This record gives sequence, C-alpha cells and structure tokens, in this order.
Amino acid sequence: MAKVLMKGNEAIAEAAIRAGCEAYFGYPITPQTEVLEYMSARMPALGRAFVQAESELGAVNMLYGAACTGARAMTTTSSPGFSLMQEGLSYIACSEVPAVVVNIMRGGPGLGNIQPAQGDYFQMTKGGGHGDYSPIVLAPSTVQETVDLVILAFDLADKYRQPVYVIADGMIGQMMEPVELPELKPPQRPERPWALTGAKGRPRNIITSLQLDPPTLEKVNLRLQETYKRIRENEQRHEEYMTDDADLLVVAYGTAARIVKTAIAKARRDGLKAGLFRPITVNPYPYDTLRKAAEKAKRLLVVELSAGQMLEDVRLAVMDKRPIHFFGKMGGVVPMPEDVVDAMKKALAEA
Amino acid sequence: MHEEVIISGFGGQGALFAGQLLTYAGLYEGRQVSWIPSYGPEMRGGTAHCTVILSDEPIGSPIVRNPTIAIVLNPASMDKYEPLVARGGILVVNTSLVRRPAQRSDITVVRVPANDLAYELGNVRMANVVLLGALLATKPIVSPDSVKRAMEEEIPAHRKHIIEPNKRALERGMQYVAEGR
Repeated sequence: MAKVLMKGNEAIAEAAIRAGCEAYFGYPITPQTEVLEYMSARMPALGRAFVQAESELGAVNMLYGAACTGARAMTTTSSPGFSLMQEGLSYIACSEVPAVVVNIMRGGPGLGNIQPAQGDYFQMTKGGGHGDYSPIVLAPSTVQETVDLVILAFDLADKYRQPVYVIADGMIGQMMEPVELPELKPPQRPERPWALTGAKGRPRNIITSLQLDPPTLEKVNLRLQETYKRIRENEQRHEEYMTDDADLLVVAYGTAARIVKTAIAKARRDGLKAGLFRPITVNPYPYDTLRKAAEKAKRLLVVELSAGQMLEDVRLAVMDKRPIHFFGKMGGVVPMPEDVVDAMKKALAEA
Repeated sequence: MHEEVIISGFGGQGALFAGQLLTYAGLYEGRQVSWIPSYGPEMRGGTAHCTVILSDEPIGSPIVRNPTIAIVLNPASMDKYEPLVARGGILVVNTSLVRRPAQRSDITVVRVPANDLAYELGNVRMANVVLLGALLATKPIVSPDSVKRAMEEEIPAHRKHIIEPNKRALERGMQYVAEGR
C-alpha cells in the first residue's frame, strides 16, 4: 500500500481499525482528541462500536465490559484522564482480559498544560493502579512506529490477556508523517473460550476481580506473575543507533529519542562519539541488553521530558558500573537538539 | 537534500495549510517528510506556525531552532524568525503586512506583497500560497507540479472550487520572484 500522510492521532485510530478493533470508548482531552474525533466518524461507518463516554471512568469501564465479551477494544486519553482510569485498569489486569490503552502524555502534574511531556512513565510502567500488576508498555518514536505498535498492542493483549499501553506524547499525536497501513479487513475473533458470550450450551464463564478468599486471590496473583515472567522473557524490544563506537551512550524513548538522534548527528560532526539506546518496550524494560550496551561506552546520559523517571530503570540496568548523567525538561518544555548536544558535551566534560 | 522550513503567521492566514502542501509535495517526490504544528489553546488572530522537514535521510527531531527557510506572514513572525534562520538560508517575507526591512545580510531575503497579489487574484486568503510560490521560484525544494497535485488530491471535495485559484496563486508568487513584479 502507498504511504499516506497522517497525523499521529489519526494514525492511532486507523491502526486500531486495521487491527480489528471492534469497540472504542473515549472522552475528549487534548492532545489526543483527534483519535476520538476520527473514531466517531469511522467506527459507526464500519458497523463497529463508538461511544463518547461521560468521563474517563466511564470509558475505562466500558473498555473492561467490551473486553470481557472477547471483542478487541481500545480507549485513548491524555495524562489527567489516564490517572482517572487507574481503578478500572487494575480490575482489567486482575480479570485477565485483553485491552489496549493509548496515553498521549501532556505537561503535568495536575491539570498541567497540553504540550508534549513524558511525566507519566512511572504511572504507566510500574502499574499505576493498586495491586501487583505489570502492564506491557510500548513506546513509539515515529508515526509509522505508532501504527506498528498499536497493532502489536492488540496482538500482545490477546496473547497474554492483559492490558497493553502505548506511551506517546503530544508531539507524536500532533505531527504528520507518512505511514503505511495494513489492509482493512473485517474483524476476526480468535477462539476465546473465557469470554462472556451468552453461555449457550456450555457452563457459564465468570470474569471478576473480586476474590474474597485469600488463597484464591493468591492463585490469581501467582498466575499473573507467571504471565509477566513470560512477557519479560519474550517481549523485550529496543533499538540501538550508532552505539558501536560510542563513548557516550544516550538512553531515551519516544519523542525524546528522536530529538536525541538529531543531536547525535550534530555531535558527531563536532567529533563527539555518541550513540542511542532506545527502549521500545519500556515495560518489560530491556535491562540486560542495556547493561551490555553500556559496557561498550564510557558513560551514559539519560534524556527525558520529565524530572528523571526512566533514569531509575537505567540505574537498575547499569548499577554503578558507569557514570550516569541526566538531562530533562518538564512542564511541556521540549528541548531542541542543540540543547541535547550541550548536555552531551557537559556529560563528557565531567569525566 | 535536507530542508527545515518554518511557516508562521496569524491563525487563519493558512500557515499550517501551506506547510501541508509542501509536505505532501515532498512525499510525492519520495522524500522523508515531517510536519508539526504549533498547537495550544489557539484561535483566529492568534499566532500559528508549523515546521516542515524534507530530507533524503530519516528525520530525527521534527522541531528545529534554526530553520534553513522561514516564510513569515505577519510582523510578529518576522520579529521571531528573522534572527533564527540559519546562515545562508532563505527568509520569505509578506511585505503587505511586514513593513520593516530585514536586518540580516547573511541570508537571502525574498520580499513579496502577498496579500496584495492574492487580493488581485480574487481572494486575499491565498497569500500563503503566493508566498509558497515565491519560495519555490527562489529555491525549488519541491516542484510546483507536486504542490499542484497536493492541491488536487488533498483539498476536500466540498472545497474543490478553491483548487484552480490556488494554482494561480502559486504561479503568481513564482512569477513575482522571476520578473520582480
């Protein structure tokens, strides 16, 4: 298929449709509202479900309900809305049903602003709601990769019967880039013997997150931990860029990573050997591959649109084997590549 | 090739749309392209700008501090972007609204009374496309035919009547630069 130019938010919506999303629920919040707008026209035209919920609480629980029936379902939101969804997401994880959630992060904390930020990293990668659950979190850095990872998110959600998040920000949501989409096909529902489909001619299925008997709830938890172990073993993804001869290994994801790529090209023109390690799954975090990549470098620099959240995962990976520097911007302020080059030079000067 | 273009003006002057035409044109010609708008609580009369990158290499940062080209549609954009254009770059100025001369001597300054030319063609709102034409006559970063194709393919059905006038606006901007009037 020929490449078309799409806004990130529209591409998320169309990618979900191509992935066979049968039900979408959302509530408007900038900078992700175009997903909702796009879905409101496309989904009914295809005979699929679209509901503008009364709030993010409504949206996440509709998502839970649709997921219980075995439908591929999605919601999208932005930071404050994602906070509101946490209770429902914990229920979805405990109930072991597949669901896809996209968070187009904006400046926080609080109501904050609507500019790009990465301040929801802890909330998204470490659970966010109550209890021991650990969602898969995919971090695209281009519009094409956003398409690919939204589609992957549906597949992984089905495979592991867990919520899968796509972590992006206002920049990816608002920018236009060429994308290639898979062909549009009618949604296919794989065999889902656990789903609530009416129980005609079979014993009824029960999906619940309420387990009052401690040993029973412990069993659920042990099964979840087993799932997360399989996910850690099979689903880690990352990209390395010019790391082979790099003295300085820069670690960044999403929008920050693409700004870093330009900064690396500029820095190399000045003779500074830098490379990029970009986690694509920020949960499960590619600790072991990062540790190996770090061994080749003299020091590390973590770049984020936050006060330093992924920084903690980098420290867990590298421990104190290499000095780790940090450069971050908060509140919706996005650094220019030149700012990152300055941070790289400073990190090496402190050597 | 690698060009970083900022197009900036009042909301409603079509800065974002002119940028999209350029982006589509680059896409048709097989370039790597990105388009990113300023976004925020915007309104007509506020400021609006977009950054377009056309390149033969994969595009890293979609935002730039020092663009190789700036098209400024109003005085505030002139004040903001004239100092930022990269040395050796191009500044295309809408002199219908920007009265002051440019101060830089290390960039190419292209002065076009775009509102007046668009008004003569029948619609002042095509000043954005006049300026785009002026840029392409100065440096053909995409072919005018690709921009016309973008108009044909991307302007929605209920706005088809603006395609031909916009093609004329593009040609008028090119002619103004070529002939100096």
